[in-house]
Amino acid sequence: MELTKLTALELGKAIQTGQVSPAEAVQAARAAIAAHQGENNAFITVTADAALERARTLTAGKAAGSPLWGVPMAFKDNICTRGVKTSCASKILGDFAPPYDATVVEKLTGAGAVSLGKLNMDEFAMGSTSETSFYGAVKNPWDLTRAPGGSSGGAAAAVAAGEVWYAIGSDTGGSIRQPAAYCGVTGMKPTYGTVSRYGLIAYASSLDQMGPIARSAADCAAVLDLIQGRDSRDGTSLPGEYGNLLASLTGDVKGLKIGIPADCFGEGLDPEVRKAVLAVADVLKGRGATVEEFSLPVMEYVVPTYYIIACAEASSNLSRFDGVKYGWRAEDYEDLTDLYNKTRTQGFGREVQRRILLGTFVLSTGYYDAYYKKALQVKAVIKKAYDEAFEKYDVLLTPVSPTTAPRLGESLSDPLKMYLSDIDTVPVNLAGLPGISFPCGLDGQGLPIGAQLIGPALGDLTVLNAAHAFQLETDHHKQTPKGGDAA
Amino acid sequence: MKITEEMVDYVSVLSRLKLPEEEKGPMAAELEKIVSYMDVLNGLDTSGIEPLSHVFPLKNVLREDAVAPSFDRDALLKGSMGRDEEAFLVPKTVE
Repeated sequence: MELTKLTALELGKAIQTGQVSPAEAVQAARAAIAAHQGENNAFITVTADAALERARTLTAGKAAGSPLWGVPMAFKDNICTRGVKTSCASKILGDFAPPYDATVVEKLTGAGAVSLGKLNMDEFAMGSTSETSFYGAVKNPWDLTRAPGGSSGGAAAAVAAGEVWYAIGSDTGGSIRQPAAYCGVTGMKPTYGTVSRYGLIAYASSLDQMGPIARSAADCAAVLDLIQGRDSRDGTSLPGEYGNLLASLTGDVKGLKIGIPADCFGEGLDPEVRKAVLAVADVLKGRGATVEEFSLPVMEYVVPTYYIIACAEASSNLSRFDGVKYGWRAEDYEDLTDLYNKTRTQGFGREVQRRILLGTFVLSTGYYDAYYKKALQVKAVIKKAYDEAFEKYDVLLTPVSPTTAPRLGESLSDPLKMYLSDIDTVPVNLAGLPGISFPCGLDGQGLPIGAQLIGPALGDLTVLNAAHAFQLETDHHKQTPKGGDAA
Repeated sequence: MKITEEMVDYVSVLSRLKLPEEEKGPMAAELEKIVSYMDVLNGLDTSGIEPLSHVFPLKNVLREDAVAPSFDRDALLKGSMGRDEEAFLVPKTVE
C-alpha cells in the first residue's frame, strides 16, 4: 500500500483495521518530509522523533472514536503548541515555545492526531504567497519556481507533496482557501465562531478562523467534526450542535440552488480559471442541482474594506510583540521606548510593518471616520448583499483566485496587486461565512485551478456536501504534483 | 490622498516603529498607493448605515466566579529574554 497516496480517512481506516500502524504512518511521513523539505520548505519545525514516540504510545492504546486516530498531520506555525516552537514565521517571536496548547491542538491530540511539526507561512499570516516568512519562502510542489499561495502556504504544500495527510491552517482573508487552490488540495474556512480561536496568534480577530487543508471534502468534514465546538476560552465561539458533518455527507445535491455571481467572473479573471470553475456548475447540475447567474454588486468594495479592517485590527493585536514578555528582544537599547522601537523595527518584516502603519493610520485621529468607520459601514452593506443572495440560493460558486499560482517574487514587488488578487476570498471572512476551496482542473501550464463554494452562516454542511458531490463525480482532487510522491 | 514622510513619522511613533531614513520615502509612496485605492469606498453612499463590527450579535460572556489556579509563573517567564526568577526585566521607566 502506497501510504502517501491515501486520503486522511483512507489512512485512518487502514490504521483502525490494523493494516497500518500509526508508527508506520509516521515513518512514511518522515520519509516524505526528508524527500521534499529541502525543495519546498513547507515546515519551520519538524518534530518527527516526538511524533514517532507518540505514535508508539497510540499503537499500545486503543483507537478512540475518531476516524483520524493515528493519522499524521501538522499545524500552521501561528497555532500555539505547548513546548514546541511557535514563530508565526517572524523573527520577533524568536524561539518562543508556548506554555499551553491551542484548543484545536488539545482537541486533535485527544482524537489521536500525531503532529509532525509546524508549517511555514507568511509572517503573521500577512501575505498571499508565503514568501514573507523569516524562515524563507515556501515553494509550490507543482512547480518549484512558483508560490504555493498564502498565508497557509506551508500547510497546502505539505499536504500536496504527501508529507502529511492533513493540516490545520488559519484563514483571515483566504489564507486556507487560496493556497489550497494553488496547490491542488481541498481547504475549508468554516463559519466564523465554530472553531475556537484560543491559542491562534491573532492577526485580525473579527475575521480569523482556523480550518483544515486536506485531500478531499470528506477529509475536511472529518477534521471539522473534531475541532468545531463552543469553547469558554473564546468569547466569540458559537454554541451549537457539532460533530456530525462526515456522517451527513451524502453527495445528494438534487434541488440544490447554486448562484453564480457574475461580478466574480468579470475583468481580470484568467479564461482557463473561468472555464474550469464554470465546469463545476455543470457537474453539479448533472447531479440534480439548479444553476443561475445573478448580480452581486459589492465586489469592487470588498478588498479595500478587508484591508482597512484587517490592518486596523492587526495594528492593535501586534502591539503585544514588544520584546518584553516573550520572543526576541533587540540589543543596545537606551530606555523602554527604545527597547520597543528597536525590537519591533528589527523584529517585524516589511509587509508586517506596512500593515501596522496602515492600520494605525486608518485608526488615527482625523482619518478614523473616513477609513475605519466607513469600512465597517461598507462591511454591513457587503453582509447584507450576501444575506440577500442566500435568500435565493443555497450556495454560491466562484473562483478562489483570479489566476493560478504566480511565479516566486512576482507579487512582492507590488503589494497592491497582491491585495487585489484576494478579491474572491475576502468577502467570505467579512460576512463570517463558510467557504470551501477544491481543485477543479489544471491550466495549460499544468498548475491547479481552485473552485470555491460559499454557504450561508452555519451552512458548513451544505458547502462540504456540494464539494463532496463534485469529488464523487470527478478525480481532480486525486491529482498529485509530479515528484510529489514520497521517496 | 497624499501620504507625506511626516505622516509616516507620526504613525511610526504611534506604532513604536522607527524606520530607517532611506525607507521612509518608499513606505510613504506605497501607503499612498494603497490608501488612494481605498478611496474607492467613497463611491458608495453609506449615510445612515450602522457600522458593523461583528457579524454575529455578541453579548457579554460571563463565567462562574470561581477560584482557579493561575498559570505557572516560571513557565510564563521562560519565554522572555529579559527576566529574573519572578519578573520581566525592562529599563527603568520612572525617574
